[in-house]
Amino acid sequence: MVLAESGFSSPRNDAFPAGLRVLVVDDDPTWLKILEKMLKKCSYEVTTCCLAREALNLLRERKDGYDIVISDVNMPDMDGFKLLEHVGLEMDLPVIMMSVDGETSRVMKGVQHGACDYLLKPIRMKELRNIWQHVFRKKIHEVRDIESLEGFESIQMTRSGYDLFDDGHFLSGDDTTSGRKRKDADNKHDDRELSDPSSTKKARVVWTVDLHQKFVKAVNQIGFDKVGPKKILDLMNVPWLTRENIASHLQKYRLYLSRLQKESDIKNSFIGMKHSDLPSKDSTASFGPHKAMNMIPDDVPNGTYSFSASNSLAQNVDLKGQGDLKGITSAPVAEPKGALSIDIHDSHEAKSTQMSFDHSLGSVDSAVSFASFNSTTPLQYPWTEIPEIQFKQECEPLHLENGFSQLPLPGPSMIENEANRSRIEVKPLLEESRSNFVEHLGPVGAEDLFPIQSKSQSLNNQVFDLISATKSSMKTQDVGLNYLADSEFALRNLNASGVGVPLATLSEDLQICWLQGDCYPMNYGLQDLECSTYDNPALMAETPFHLYDVLRFDHEHLFDPTEYYAIDQGLFA
Amino acid sequence: MDVVNQLQRQFIDYSASLHREGFLDDQFTQLQKLQDDNSPDFVVEVASLFFEDCEKLINNMARALEQQQGVDFKQVDASVHQLKGSSSSIGAMRVKDVCIAFRSFCEAQNREGCLRCLQQVTHEYSLLKNKLQTLFRLQQQILAAGGSIPVVE
Repeated sequence: MVLAESGFSSPRNDAFPAGLRVLVVDDDPTWLKILEKMLKKCSYEVTTCCLAREALNLLRERKDGYDIVISDVNMPDMDGFKLLEHVGLEMDLPVIMMSVDGETSRVMKGVQHGACDYLLKPIRMKELRNIWQHVFRKKIHEVRDIESLEGFESIQMTRSGYDLFDDGHFLSGDDTTSGRKRKDADNKHDDRELSDPSSTKKARVVWTVDLHQKFVKAVNQIGFDKVGPKKILDLMNVPWLTRENIASHLQKYRLYLSRLQKESDIKNSFIGMKHSDLPSKDSTASFGPHKAMNMIPDDVPNGTYSFSASNSLAQNVDLKGQGDLKGITSAPVAEPKGALSIDIHDSHEAKSTQMSFDHSLGSVDSAVSFASFNSTTPLQYPWTEIPEIQFKQECEPLHLENGFSQLPLPGPSMIENEANRSRIEVKPLLEESRSNFVEHLGPVGAEDLFPIQSKSQSLNNQVFDLISATKSSMKTQDVGLNYLADSEFALRNLNASGVGVPLATLSEDLQICWLQGDCYPMNYGLQDLECSTYDNPALMAETPFHLYDVLRFDHEHLFDPTEYYAIDQGLFA
Repeated sequence: MDVVNQLQRQFIDYSASLHREGFLDDQFTQLQKLQDDNSPDFVVEVASLFFEDCEKLINNMARALEQQQGVDFKQVDASVHQLKGSSSSIGAMRVKDVCIAFRSFCEAQNREGCLRCLQQVTHEYSLLKNKLQTLFRLQQQILAAGGSIPVVE
């Protein structure tokens, strides 16, 4: 099977699971020694450390250096669950928790936080022998997510969220440029990932906007629940497209939609400030953090797409508060980027930022800057292929809307506001607004977050990183609140627009932040914002559907059409 | 040969008694199984780490419980929890059992109860330490006499 052949880097190729790279974290020196011995007996490659911080450093230093992490729950410097979250978010590695305490509540908490297993001490050899299954399982899921024709390549695309890239999804209208960029990203990606050196790059389907439109239309016609690759293929009538291409694309599409739905559901609930809902949400959400985390990588590229798609976005990214970047690690994957795609009115956000982020953000022109630190240096992204005009068109009707006008997002400025694709950034902010969550992010340099690159993908990722970092930097509740307000606002708009995403369908796979069991106080703080419309569903309802559609449609990237579809069809209603 | 056999016999009997009396449980046997040519002193090393850890934790607990101003039971509980984990590493069953009772007293914020448990824990730890040292001495003797350590299932 492809996985067995190519899923793992060469040292581990032949003898998997032998050579599995395990990182063990335990403050108990006795156990550390014993576990090391046991794991070595399993022919695994073991690294030990007795501090959670040390473990995180090790993991960050070598992002692909480990396959699985085993950690004790009780550690002096950091709660094991926190470490678990970090690892899941930043590195998306399977994490096994250990404890001498086998209380159901603890085990449950472990699972809620995303542990793929919870072992009770004393741990037996046989339990350790099987830990490779978690690594394998993750790989399979990733492959499934991607479901690319070229199995090799998909396996190589592990946790970095590059899978969408590899699948040919990209945004801009300039196919060749984007294609090239994508290829570059692919290459870059492959170099970084544990790739089978012998795998050849096969031609990939480039899902252009046009193609995707056809796809969505076909899905529409068939009916989302009745859809199948063959049917879509027939309807689309694209001779060179294969059933496998469609199947893979459909899978991604589904994932994307479900993610959107989840996020909007969550946002919805928060926006509505249903306190009572929150706990249950948290608990439900908690049940799938791991999965959520898995999903997140998918989001990243999506998010980046939208980000890059909006040409303006790229241009107007303001790196603010560079100083604040310290102490923040990019936690790219964690951000519910998908939800961001729901956001639209970046310009609005920009304005609102002005209104509400006075203390920290000054004139935030882009969502990015919005999410970013307080520096006001605009970051110019060399994305030129994405026409700005379209964006402007979209902006105009948007801000004319009543709902919008009342939103903290001001209208006119949005047009100039290129970096309005705050959706991407907003989401992370929303998630990150929890200070305790923010803590999770480690230190990162600003330059790490926002290297200006010509590659859209890397930029996107960087953006996400930045956003996450930004969020972290925004320690003040106000800022978080503002961000939250905006992102929520956007989401609410989306929801109000008629996306019939029932709360009930809100997937449990929420970001870790949700799991914290904390209501985002920021939500409540919305009152503090000048934008008073948050609580006004009527205003939300005024958000014109078509605007979203227009917005989406004009933005040549994957998200838009799909969102459009989702909103329109009330898919998850 | 005779000497070796004798020593081995002694070793087996002593091991069995330790298990019987609840000083050690299956985990200790597992540790012995882990010992191999790559790490011939594995069990002794692990035991040393355990003793070190134990002493440190017991001191922590004692200090915390001594506080006249007000005992920080959370801290004591944390130490007890750690000790419990540690004891499970080498199979120190009796120590572990005391820890369980100890934690209840911590939860109840019962200083008297905690102090009693601390005493018990210290006692059990000392006992275990002596017994393990005896066992290890026997092991050394066997090895010195040219024999091999029998694995007690």
